[in-house]
Amino acid sequence: MGLTKNSTGLSVAKDEFNSKEFPDCDKVIAVAGNPNVGKSTIFNSLTGLNQHTGNWPGKTVTNARGKYTYNGKEFILVDLPGTYSLNSNSVEEEIARDFICFGGADLVVVVMDSTCLERNLNLALQIKEMTSKIVVCVNILDEAERKGIDIDFDELSMQLGAPVVGTSVKESEGKAALLKKVYDVSIGEEKTYDIKIDYPKVVEDVIDLLEPHVKKIVGSRINSRWVSVKLLDMDKNLNATLTKHLNYDLLNDEVISNILKETKKDFAINDINEEYLRDEIVSSVFKKAENIYRLCVHLKKVNYNEKDRRIDKILTSKLTGIPVMIALLFVIFWITLSGANYPSEIIADALFYIQDKLTLLFNTLGAPEWLHGSLVLGLYRTLAWVVSVMLPPMAIFFPLFTLLEDVGYLPRVAFNLDHFFKKSGAHGKQSLTMCMGFGCNACGVIGCRIIDSQRERLIATITNNFVPCNGRFPTLIAIITIFFAGVVSLPYQSLLSTLILTAVILIGIFMTLLVSKLLSQTILKGVPSSFVLELPPYRRPQVSKVIVRSVFDRTLFVLGRAVLVAAPAGLLIWIMANVFLNKISILSYFSNFLDPFARLIGLDGVILMAFIMGFPANEIVIPIIIMSYLCTGSLTGFSTLEELRLLLVNNGWTWLTAVCTMLFSLMHFPCGTTCLTIKKETGSFKWTVMSFLIPTISGIITCFLLTSIVRLFGLEF
Amino acid sequence: MQNRSLPLDKLCLDQEGKVSRLLFKGNKRRQMMDLGIVEGTKLKVALKSHSGNPMAYLIRGAVIALRNEDACKILIKKI
Repeated sequence: MGLTKNSTGLSVAKDEFNSKEFPDCDKVIAVAGNPNVGKSTIFNSLTGLNQHTGNWPGKTVTNARGKYTYNGKEFILVDLPGTYSLNSNSVEEEIARDFICFGGADLVVVVMDSTCLERNLNLALQIKEMTSKIVVCVNILDEAERKGIDIDFDELSMQLGAPVVGTSVKESEGKAALLKKVYDVSIGEEKTYDIKIDYPKVVEDVIDLLEPHVKKIVGSRINSRWVSVKLLDMDKNLNATLTKHLNYDLLNDEVISNILKETKKDFAINDINEEYLRDEIVSSVFKKAENIYRLCVHLKKVNYNEKDRRIDKILTSKLTGIPVMIALLFVIFWITLSGANYPSEIIADALFYIQDKLTLLFNTLGAPEWLHGSLVLGLYRTLAWVVSVMLPPMAIFFPLFTLLEDVGYLPRVAFNLDHFFKKSGAHGKQSLTMCMGFGCNACGVIGCRIIDSQRERLIATITNNFVPCNGRFPTLIAIITIFFAGVVSLPYQSLLSTLILTAVILIGIFMTLLVSKLLSQTILKGVPSSFVLELPPYRRPQVSKVIVRSVFDRTLFVLGRAVLVAAPAGLLIWIMANVFLNKISILSYFSNFLDPFARLIGLDGVILMAFIMGFPANEIVIPIIIMSYLCTGSLTGFSTLEELRLLLVNNGWTWLTAVCTMLFSLMHFPCGTTCLTIKKETGSFKWTVMSFLIPTISGIITCFLLTSIVRLFGLEF
Repeated sequence: MQNRSLPLDKLCLDQEGKVSRLLFKGNKRRQMMDLGIVEGTKLKVALKSHSGNPMAYLIRGAVIALRNEDACKILIKKI
């Protein structure tokens, strides 16, 4: 099976980044920094945009741009992917490096995490080597203060030859100063100074020889000292980019290539190999970073991270790591389910009350029955269903999950689960992409970009659908509350529902691991690549901001999308149920056709049809099922859960039907948006088809086996 | 006292060491160095996962998780 560079997301991630796209703005500002230092937060606060943020490395995988005006000048801000270095190990690093060097950025804002300055300084120094015009932003100052980390800003500014601004999560803090410094430096009102990183003498000697010639060629376009260092340890990608932008191949330059040839000879004689040279160059930057750190940072408490480590030990240790994880999942589901019950009923009551009023209005106006049927019973009723079933659980689940994300728990999950993913031949960061899948599988698929290995990225993409997105989540919740919760008496209802929901999610995780393993032993063979994951410091989440953000940005957005799909679908369903050919409605034709096969896997024709019609958006599956039963059956009034349960039972539902519907909801083809995203990310039709087929086949096999066994032993009742 | 080098994954929880050598080649070597793992860097075992693999290390103020398959190629001297 060929895995080519074209068949994976690299080409997509690399969409050309060029400031020429912004002809009518005054200044282009790049925002760079290590992963997870709050670049996106800074970006949002300057531009007023709402780029999603979260406390885990790799959150920003797409390149965001935004505009703002300051003192009458227009600035374009480009949010670069977070990288540890610019030595070009990965696509993100190449994107960041090329934009800083050749993308025409007028200035680079280097964002650093104040609680981890030493490591962050490495990147700042690398950027400073390339371009003098930087503004340093020391972010998350509130956490540093809490941990007793004292930073000498004046000294830091002197050492880096650039202005340093302190900012913190509290939005306003430091924002004005940052805006001013960016303005001052970009128009040249405030000067920045070159700083020199001292390399070992062997390297410096060669730089002395190379730099004058390089300077003649590159002029002031790029820092000639940096280019000289890079010539010594040249990688092909960088040379290609340099050649493209300079219109001149430096390695083919007679003088330069001669110097390099002589140097190589000299190195060989003195037993200096390439690896040593490279190591020395990298180490020199770190040594400088160490020195600056020592000069500028004073710790009031030596063990300032003590508290984080203690929490970490509970969340990741052998005994407690995984139980705590499952318990957290359980608690979140429990709050969601028990909290959503009541509002769901209130919303449903209100919306169906409006439906009655609408019916009355249509009758008074003497509107024809088909108009009332299609608009009120079809379109409006489906909408009412989608809103009342989806809104409450989402409005509770999203903020809770976002809180976990903001605190920094998700990387710990990846750390806990890595062992299992490795055994399945997959990447530990796959659990992060699964977490994104909880929100939306299309986002989960895009999130797979954080996995470097193409093989492992494909595994993560194909299996992402085993995590129920918020479109399928309500389906699961609805079935559980309608069908199972009624079995036990009131105080235990939500507990039982939560248990079932948690079990379903765990089955999804189990299937992800199983299918990953099967894939990595068959069509995606290979050994697990390495796994490097930073576990960021815990941060205190801003509860009010999280709630506002997740309700407005996510819940309402997702609901809006669902409503857009549900309205026409409701209309279509009503028409299909009320247009008759030979006294049988089109809906019945369709569901009767599917019925024999659907019965084999424990469903019925209507349920399978609902899943197929739910391809544009999974949110409408349950409404379609209920609508179809209502249209064909005699029951018209329903309001309580018990009546709904009766509706399902009257249509032949048993506990097996409910379980199979949940399992099939967990394991079937991804929705239309996700399929399109997979096609875009993988750039391959074949892998899109695979991503469609593999979950579907898994679902069919699971449901078929379960149904056969249950029926064999006569356990269906 | 001069002590011998040992692979990083052989350290126990909370033990510290100084990097003496990296056995990686090429790009992988660079990736590790970019995280700040260069000769002379002080490392400390911060966390062990439930199976003992991966482990997380305190490196230049950051906590970074590595699989033992990689960590064993980082040689350190105990301090």
